[in-house]
Formats: sequence, structure tokens, C-alpha cells
Amino acid sequence: MNNFLYKHRFLLSRRIVQIALLTIYFGGNMYGWTLLQGNLSSALIFGFIPLSDPFATLQMFFAGAAITTDILLGVLVVLFVYSVIGGRFFCSWVCPVNIITETAAWLRRKLNLTDKKKRVTFSRNIRYWVIVISLGLSFFFSLAAFEMISPIGIAFRGVVFGFGMGWLFLVAIFLFDLFSQSYGWCGHICPLGGFNTLIGRYSIVKVVHDSDKCVHALECFKVCPEVEILAKVGRESVPIGGACIKCGRCIEVCPSDAFEVSIVSMAGMASMAKG
Amino acid sequence: MDIPNSKERRDFLQKMMQGVGYGALGIIAWSSYLSQSQARNLTLRPPGALFEKDFVRTCIRCGMCVEACPFDILKLATISDQISIGTPYFTPRTEACRLCPDIPCASSCPTQALDLTSLIKENKLSIKSARMGLATINTQTCLAYLGLQCTMCVRACPYPDEAIFLHNERNTRTDMHAFLKPVVNPDFCTGCGMCEHACPTTVASITILPLAISKGDIGSHYVVGWKEGDESRIEDDSTDVTLEKTKRNEKSVIDNLDDVEGILKGLYDE
Repeated sequence: MNNFLYKHRFLLSRRIVQIALLTIYFGGNMYGWTLLQGNLSSALIFGFIPLSDPFATLQMFFAGAAITTDILLGVLVVLFVYSVIGGRFFCSWVCPVNIITETAAWLRRKLNLTDKKKRVTFSRNIRYWVIVISLGLSFFFSLAAFEMISPIGIAFRGVVFGFGMGWLFLVAIFLFDLFSQSYGWCGHICPLGGFNTLIGRYSIVKVVHDSDKCVHALECFKVCPEVEILAKVGRESVPIGGACIKCGRCIEVCPSDAFEVSIVSMAGMASMAKG
Repeated sequence: MDIPNSKERRDFLQKMMQGVGYGALGIIAWSSYLSQSQARNLTLRPPGALFEKDFVRTCIRCGMCVEACPFDILKLATISDQISIGTPYFTPRTEACRLCPDIPCASSCPTQALDLTSLIKENKLSIKSARMGLATINTQTCLAYLGLQCTMCVRACPYPDEAIFLHNERNTRTDMHAFLKPVVNPDFCTGCGMCEHACPTTVASITILPLAISKGDIGSHYVVGWKEGDESRIEDDSTDVTLEKTKRNEKSVIDNLDDVEGILKGLYDE
């Protein structure tokens, strides 16, 4: 049992953080707790530290809305955190949709739906196009286009303020991820994932691979939601960059402890990339 | 040009066109949802809200106003509400705005989609200057207009005799009773909806409509003789209008209208 806990230490911590955040925001609405108020679009910590979603704010800017200083401050706080620990940590530690898609991916593995011949493959670059389209439509329709359909917003607001029919949207994502494309939403389409990837590109906290320890078990390839980032695994010792969501699953499943979380300075990254 | 190169190019073009196809489908579906959500609707917003179009683009959908509302009157729109998703609204027939003097909803807004500055009068917060909508009365179903004594809306109104008052009129049907007809004064009505909430008819006979729909505007092209100084607006206007001569404006307007026979014959048709 302890072994199970250890083997899932990141997964369990992430679920605890995700559910705790939902609970705290829910309490903020329901019981007036002031620890965290609002939701993932914009929030206040202890009633005075502002947080705002940079992508939502960018859409609002394109829609022609006046951006207040409160919102700008919130964006700066979030950008600072993301640029240090990596934007996509949001995807695996905060975003409630992550729970849905990881469950779908797990079920997909269990049901053996991963046969390559049957698989429809989407490009991972779709998400960057969705960013462009979001901003274009925001400009054209004068409102934040992605926020209007964001399943993240629907899920989070759903828990904190009530769902309406929004849960159908989440069921659709679950089915899409289960039957059509592994990590279809989070790893291919979600523009926020793409946006966070771009922001966290030079983050200093990264999962680092040690190829000397690697025994080529390929367990990491089975669980990684963004497998392309593991291209050099087993051949070079590198920090895992790009679209890594810092979920820590590779660290948990690796039989030879060839992955670890580490602080990578810019110089270190450059030298590791070379050597 | 060698053959493998052209195959590569063909594959590339085909792949790109595939992307364009998916993209077009997605953009059409997405756009139609967005444009539908922009349709002029009857949504009532919290006090201080910008005009609907500015409001939906400035609101970041954080729900902080909903959390701040001490009476849980504000709701956040879900995907099934036919209201721009994630934005706050209230339904007076269910729960009307209580007009808190400290305006916690607008104070909590981080984007000024609820513009607190529009609710400040003489350096003080003044909920009285909120204009969430305007009460409109259906005189066909209003009990008071039918001749019964009701006054529920006037009693519920937080600013009685200002925002809504009773206009007494002789009831000629009985010749011995009076109508006590409620009349709304748009200069004072905040649109809080207490009247709609209190109305005893099965479907409320007094309803709050957003100002964009309910507030008439006479425009600048009418000059009213009874309003002092109104005529001065046109003093400087030139009356020297030169028109292209047509059959229609050869004669004076009166003459034209008098010539019914000519009009029927189509004498003036261009």
C-alpha cells in the first residue's frame, strides 16, 4: 500500500491540489471564505493579491475591452509564476479538465484502445491555430471568444456556481479523448495549453532525464500525455522542455529513477542541450 | 522539376487543405455560437453594468459579484441560459435587487464591467443612480388599471412617489370609484425589480426591461414649443434647401396631397 502511494505520489498530490482548489473556490462562493475568491479567470487571494488569466485578458484586449490595472496586476502575478515554474503546471495541477482527460486516457489504456491502425491522429499544432482563431474571433465579435466555449471555465464555474447543461460539454470531451484521440483536448486542441507552453518555455523548474540511469523500459512513453517531448529519452540527458505539463507521471513509473524534478538555470539548459 | 519533389508538395498541400477544411467547420460552428450569444436579449445586469455589448466583452466571468451579493440574487449564466456564458444576471420575478447602499457587487468587479464610478454622486456611493432597467406596465392586465385597488408595486418600490407614483382618476364605469393607477418615472426608476417581484397577477403586469429596449428617445428632430428654449436649437439651422426638381416636389406638399386623383393615376411616380 505504501508502495502504491509512493508510486502515485505526484498523481495523488495533483488530485488533492485540484480538488482542494475547487473546494476553496466553492467555499468562497458558498460560505464567503476569503482565502481564494472568484475563479480561474480572475481571482483574489486573501482578498487582495489579484490573479488573472493572461489568455483571457489577451482575448479581452483583442475584443476591444479596456483592461483595468487590477487585471493587469493579476496577469503579471500569473506570468511571473508561470515563467518560473512553467505555464503548463497549470494543466496538471490546477485545471479540472485534466481530471477528465487523464481518466479517459487511463481507461483508454485499460480497454486497449490505443491500437495505432485504428487511431485518428490530430496534429499537436492545432492548439496554436486555435489561439490565432480565438484572437481573431475575439476581435471580430468583440468578445472573448474562447472564454465563451472554454470547457475549463464551464467545469470550474460549474462546480463553484452551478453547471446548467454545461456538463454535457465535459462528457463530450471525455468521449473524444477516450475513443477518438488520446489526450485529444488537452494535448492537441486546448489553446490555453498552447498558450501556457509558450509562456513556460524558459521556466527554470523542469523534469530532467538522466540517460545513464535509463534502462529503456519505455514505461514513460505509455503514460506521458505529450509523448513527443520524450524524443531524446534514453539517448541524451536532457531537461524535458516544451509542452511538458509537469504531471510527474514519468518519475513515478520509471523503474530506474531516470527522471527527477530539478531547477535548470538558463546556462545549464544550454550546456545540457549541447552535451 | 523531379517527381518525388512534386509528390511531397502535393502531400503537403493536401494536408494543408485538410486543415483548412477542419478549421472552416470549427470556425463556422464557433462563430454561430458567438453571434447567437450577441443577440439583443432581455438580460438584466447588476448595478453599474456597462451597456450590453461593452459589458460582455469587458466581463472576465470571474463571478466575484455573484459571491459578493449578500442576498444571492445574482446568478452566473450557464451554457443553457441563453445568456452570454459566465456573466452575471438577475431575474426580478424570482428575486429582485435589494439595492445595497455599499454596492458590494460593483465594488468587487476587477474589470469595471460593473462601473463603480457611474454609481458615485457627490463623492458618495449612490445606489439610487443605478439604472439596471426600467419598469414597464401592461395596462391591460394591471389590476389598478382594471379598477381594483392594488398598489402592491408602489408599496414594494424602494423609492415610492419618486420612481413610481399613483395617478388618481375617476372611474367612469361605476361613476363612484377611483382608479389608482401606478405610473413609473424613468428619471428615478433603478430597475431593481421589487415591483415585478411583488406584482400579484399570474404573469407580472409590471416588468423590468433593459434600458436599451425600454427607454424611448424623442431624438433631436422634434422641436417642442412648450419647452422653453427648445426652438433656439434650430435658430441657426439653414432653411435654404435646394432640391432636384421632380414631379413630386414641383407643387407644395399640401397641393400634392390634395391631388388624390393624380396620385391614384400615378402622375407623380418616378
